[in-house]
Amino acid sequence: MKELVEKLNTKYALQDIIYQRDNMVFATISKELVIEAITYMRDYEGFAHFVMMSCADWIEDNKFQLTYILNNPQQRCDVALRVMIERENPTMTSAHHLWKQVWTYQREIREAFGIQFPGSPRVEENFVLEGWTDKPHMLRDFDTHEYAEKTYFPRGGRTTNDPATYMREKLYPNQPVTAKKNKNVE
Amino acid sequence: MSELNINSKVQEMLERSEQNAKNSEKTFVRPEDEVREVVAPDGSIIKINPLYDYFSGERPKEEKPKNAIVEKFLNWARSESIWVLGFGTGCGSIEIPPLVTPRYDMFRFGVQMRPTPRQSNAFIISGYLSVKTLKRVIRSYEQMPSPKYVIALGSCTINGGMYYDSYSTINRLDKYIPVDVYIAGCMPRPEALLAGFGKLKELIKEGKAEKANEYARNFDEYKANQKKIIKDWNMPDYNW
Amino acid sequence: MNIYVKIAYTFLGLMIVLNWGMLMRVTFRKIGARMAGRHGVPFRQPWIDLIKNIAVRTTLTHGVMFYLGPVFRFSGAVGLFLFMPILFGKEAWMNFSFEGDLVLILYFQLFGMLGMALGAGEGGQPHSAIGISRGLAQHAAVELPMTMGIIALAIQYQTLSISEIVAAQQGGFLHWSFFTNPVASAAIMLSALGAFGYSPFNLVKAPNEIPIGPPTEYHGTYLGVLMTSGNILGVMETILFMNLVFGGATNWFELIIKSFLIYFYAVFVGMVFPRFRIEQSVAWFFKIPLLLGFIAILMYSF
Repeated sequence: MKELVEKLNTKYALQDIIYQRDNMVFATISKELVIEAITYMRDYEGFAHFVMMSCADWIEDNKFQLTYILNNPQQRCDVALRVMIERENPTMTSAHHLWKQVWTYQREIREAFGIQFPGSPRVEENFVLEGWTDKPHMLRDFDTHEYAEKTYFPRGGRTTNDPATYMREKLYPNQPVTAKKNKNVE
Repeated sequence: MSELNINSKVQEMLERSEQNAKNSEKTFVRPEDEVREVVAPDGSIIKINPLYDYFSGERPKEEKPKNAIVEKFLNWARSESIWVLGFGTGCGSIEIPPLVTPRYDMFRFGVQMRPTPRQSNAFIISGYLSVKTLKRVIRSYEQMPSPKYVIALGSCTINGGMYYDSYSTINRLDKYIPVDVYIAGCMPRPEALLAGFGKLKELIKEGKAEKANEYARNFDEYKANQKKIIKDWNMPDYNW
Repeated sequence: MNIYVKIAYTFLGLMIVLNWGMLMRVTFRKIGARMAGRHGVPFRQPWIDLIKNIAVRTTLTHGVMFYLGPVFRFSGAVGLFLFMPILFGKEAWMNFSFEGDLVLILYFQLFGMLGMALGAGEGGQPHSAIGISRGLAQHAAVELPMTMGIIALAIQYQTLSISEIVAAQQGGFLHWSFFTNPVASAAIMLSALGAFGYSPFNLVKAPNEIPIGPPTEYHGTYLGVLMTSGNILGVMETILFMNLVFGGATNWFELIIKSFLIYFYAVFVGMVFPRFRIEQSVAWFFKIPLLLGFIAILMYSF
């Protein structure tokens, strides 16, 4: 594992290397080199299994983080490569030619975060939402509450009660409090 | 694994997705539903619009009850024979299977499950309803023959419940299809569902469960609400 | 007998058969419910269902054949009734049976299924088309051993008239075909399981298979007609087997006892055995029942 990380580091200049476990490492890599790195790992280092690809919205840094997780079934180890890309007009090189399941991940990320993957097959198709015209729904500056109030017909007069206190007040007003008070409730 | 060779199918998909990207005005019409010209066997060219040519474009009509005494008898029969469409939309659909078990046994009350909307006359909306499911619900509801009844199960159908702020689930069901009976709770237990059936029976016997006519009367209003949130409206206006 | 009196008797007989079929059907559902530990539907349920189906206001059509599907099935059921001697020796209940009615009855069994095929095809619902192709496949597999058994009986009694077959079986239960020709009777009664359409051979119309099969599109009055003809068909099938194998009936009491037992032979088999897939049921009919049918014919050929 250590040797592999050393090799990758000299070739692709990794940053922020974190060993989550003995056989799992996270590292950041530049946007230009990541496809090359995972191709190299697949073809030469035996990382044949593409575990998953995910996205996170770092709105404070104005960045998206894409994470590619690869697994080596022989040596039973995982390598996760993080890529930070700009939040304005986000575009990422597609990895659809390496594994077919990448198509679906990229389709999902395009729908949820609006990141473009030019050339990825079927990437324009709907993933879970049908006919979505608003901005991508997983962005952190997309206010779902506001969207729901604007689009659907909210019914007024919503109130919430803590079930334990409410039941005690309504059903057993004269009963002494024996149960422990829930510290999360004021 | 075959490396880097993109077969012809992938190529085709690529072309299609590029084309989709090009005409990116959001029309949401499936390729098979597009307006197109077809050459008839005799050589003439016909223009077809599948969404309107293949389906009946008729609007629903109000079907008023006729004779009061006969209708009273028929309403009694309707109330004693409620055929429920087996369509679970949300988490409440897990509350329906216990109804056919020995413990609750809804068959005692003349409530039975039917597998097809054509033969059923009660529709249980079980819990939260996403926009994607709403489209299917509308299709199924409109295919049911009148008189038809809707039972809204759970808080989610009343005011959105715990999903009131979700971007993909509706808040009030009665804006989209008319509702006869609400069963509040999150989730209501099967007993509550049986009580709901009892309430529905009362309504039918009193002749108050004429919501299918209400749907026909306020058809434009309901359609406007439905089309407001279902942006990819690729079905006929009324699914006969 | 005056033809008007005959017509009145025919209508009365149809009514009796229909109600008896509904009663047997609801008893079947009751037994199923009791085996599952439930109360089950009330006994009035099929009548209420029928009234409700007729009271449905919306009626859609997909074309002429869509109307004709239930009509064909209903006429198949009524035809089966018209040409079947119900009570032996009572002129009023011999209906319109004649020399050679056995051939006509065999044809009417298939008639309803063919009508359903036409109507289901016109409905345009893919589930109906799949359902009806399954139904016809299974029906062909049922018909073959049953017809062989019936032909064996015809050879045995040297007649194609049901009344004569019944007449030949009178005079004590040892004269029944069931005892005089057990091989042909076994072939008929095994394929009878398929003709009744209960589990294990109910894949075609079971509600929890691809939704309900051929009648997927049928609603309201159409469904009411289908239910009615289904109930008449159920009773007429039992009466056919009663006439062929169990010596027929000479009074209503005997008819009720015998048809009930024959019907519930199919029901109880259904309660015990799970559902066959269509290729399994076709294979099943082509094994033992078909072999028995062959043997029955060969026995009387030599």
